[in-house]
Amino acid sequence: MEPRMIANKKPFSLKGFFLQWEWMLVVLFIAVTVMNINLSEYYWNYDSLRDATMSFLDKAFIVLPMVFVIILADIDISVGSIVALSSVVMADLYSQGVPMPLAMAICLAVGLLSGLINGILIVKFKELSSVIVTLATMIIYRGIAYIILEDQAAGKFPEWFSYLGWGYVGDIPFILIVFAVFAVLFGLLLHKTTFGRRVYAMGSNPTASRYSGVQVDKIKIIIFMLAGLMAAVTALFLTSRMGSTRPNIATGYELDVIAMAVLGGVSTAGGKGRMIGAVLAVFLIGYLRYGLGLINVSAQTLLIIIGLLLIFAVMIPNLKRKRASSRNA
Amino acid sequence: MNERGLANAALEPAPHNAGFPKKSFSANIGKFRELGLLGFIVLLSLGVQLRNPSFLSWENINDIATNTAILSILTIGMMLVIVTRGIDLSIGATLALSGMIAALTVYEYPDLNPMIALLLGVAVGLVCGMALGFLVSRMGILPIIATLGMMNVFRGLTYQASGGKWVSAHQMPDSFKQIATGSVLGINNLVFIAIVIYVAAYFFVNHTRTGRQIYAVGSNPDSAQISGIKTGKILWLVYSIMGGLSGLAGVLWVSKFASAQGDTAAGYELNVIAACVLGGVSIAGGSGKISGIILGTVLLGILNNALPMINVSPFWQMWIQGTIILVAVIINAVVKRGIDRNNLMRRKI
Repeated sequence: MEPRMIANKKPFSLKGFFLQWEWMLVVLFIAVTVMNINLSEYYWNYDSLRDATMSFLDKAFIVLPMVFVIILADIDISVGSIVALSSVVMADLYSQGVPMPLAMAICLAVGLLSGLINGILIVKFKELSSVIVTLATMIIYRGIAYIILEDQAAGKFPEWFSYLGWGYVGDIPFILIVFAVFAVLFGLLLHKTTFGRRVYAMGSNPTASRYSGVQVDKIKIIIFMLAGLMAAVTALFLTSRMGSTRPNIATGYELDVIAMAVLGGVSTAGGKGRMIGAVLAVFLIGYLRYGLGLINVSAQTLLIIIGLLLIFAVMIPNLKRKRASSRNA
Repeated sequence: MNERGLANAALEPAPHNAGFPKKSFSANIGKFRELGLLGFIVLLSLGVQLRNPSFLSWENINDIATNTAILSILTIGMMLVIVTRGIDLSIGATLALSGMIAALTVYEYPDLNPMIALLLGVAVGLVCGMALGFLVSRMGILPIIATLGMMNVFRGLTYQASGGKWVSAHQMPDSFKQIATGSVLGINNLVFIAIVIYVAAYFFVNHTRTGRQIYAVGSNPDSAQISGIKTGKILWLVYSIMGGLSGLAGVLWVSKFASAQGDTAAGYELNVIAACVLGGVSIAGGSGKISGIILGTVLLGILNNALPMINVSPFWQMWIQGTIILVAVIINAVVKRGIDRNNLMRRKI
């Protein structure tokens, strides 16, 4: 019997190519750029555009694994607390005489461990859903940060540590290069490996992927560990940039990060979304904030704009689908 | 079990007779959850009482009740939202917005009847909730995203309304501040309002058609739709109720703390969700009882009050609360597994 052939790639169509959500983001990005140029004469300037990335890229590291988490139709709201916890542990160890490189390694380990705990709890108690588990661990992790540092700030890091947040390689900010490397790595992991394909499979149908031999629990734990690890990476850069740390840093990061991923076209219903979209959304929101900040638009007005942007971003595809289904009916 | 079941079937013609003792046992486990929570609250109170004898004094109990009233009002709305498989992250912002608008109004018109300020706050909250309900039910946006986006919008509007300034105690007329400090029949207004709302909510969710439809939509939206329930309207209703209650809570909050700020109640939504989860409301939708959420809010309220009274360092409190929430939901899950297994066994599969 002739084996049945299944096309593993959709035929290329120009219309389909340009109707992707990512192009919408590109259009939005251009619109924001044009608007910003018209609003402020200081916007279109290579140096300041380059340096602006240093101020908004810290939380972008968490967006990368969050794309995976949301594709699984899960959510991780403990990442902000993991940033605080790992940063506080690092600062506390350093102030007790642990050498800085070791403290930084422990910072990453704390992030990884926090993610592992999240993952294990979510996998072992499936009826709890990731919202509840990470809601509880969010309180617990930040609680531990408060136990360690109380209401103090810790800082006085070695001189070279500030390089992470403020340094350049040649002409390009160090944080931008690190982010680019991580973005490519995560993009490859999601789109070019079996691991990534399995993540999509789990997101669109967990039961079916389980029956077809995907180790769903293992993959889920790994992804939550990645989220914890990248939260710790954010902690490194954020701490370096601020020069000191407190237990209340990175409050509300989880919501910013989720908003960026969703704006990037990752569906919270699971199974859908691409890395490039999330990365575009990071820069879109980053430059929107930067540009409007230049003309003294208050942070509060920005809140409204970003909130509405998020709502419209998810509303437009829904409206399109509704119209399509009513036409078919 | 299987063999016994077969033997019973062979010997006795009435199978329900054989299953009877099992049934009452599992029914007991079903109640165990709330009894367990109640037992935990009692043990906790006794433990704290031993360490600090003023804990169970009338004044302190009154204190706990007043401090928990606002949380408990919000918890009702959140329970309804979660029962329909949704979640509302925007309530902290809705609360701040309506509280701010009420405070600004009484600041401009100090002679205004406080009742009107209260109604104004509820109206603002209701409008916020209806906007959310529209996004969720008509636009088909997932609740977590819609409420996340609108949370930013409402919070931004709060700052816009106040111009970033606070409305502080001396700018508010006494009549407005008395909303929270006054009392009816010897019960503090806040507690009285909470009790009235709880009674109304109990009647609404258990004894009205619409109330039952909320549970139907939550446990199976498709079959609810097919059996003629207007799921869209129910969703809209639920978010509007949540908004209205947040608006009410906003005025009460501002009146109680005598200050309206841009960041009032930031992150408070998580406390409310935690109270629901502690009270046994399932995030998967379809289940949640008024009695459960009363216990959940009481437990959170007691924790907030008791930990400082037994000299727990304030820096340990967050960790303790988080751990108790996690342990409670895990115990809940384990007990529920036991019930499910029991039910399967009774079906003699």
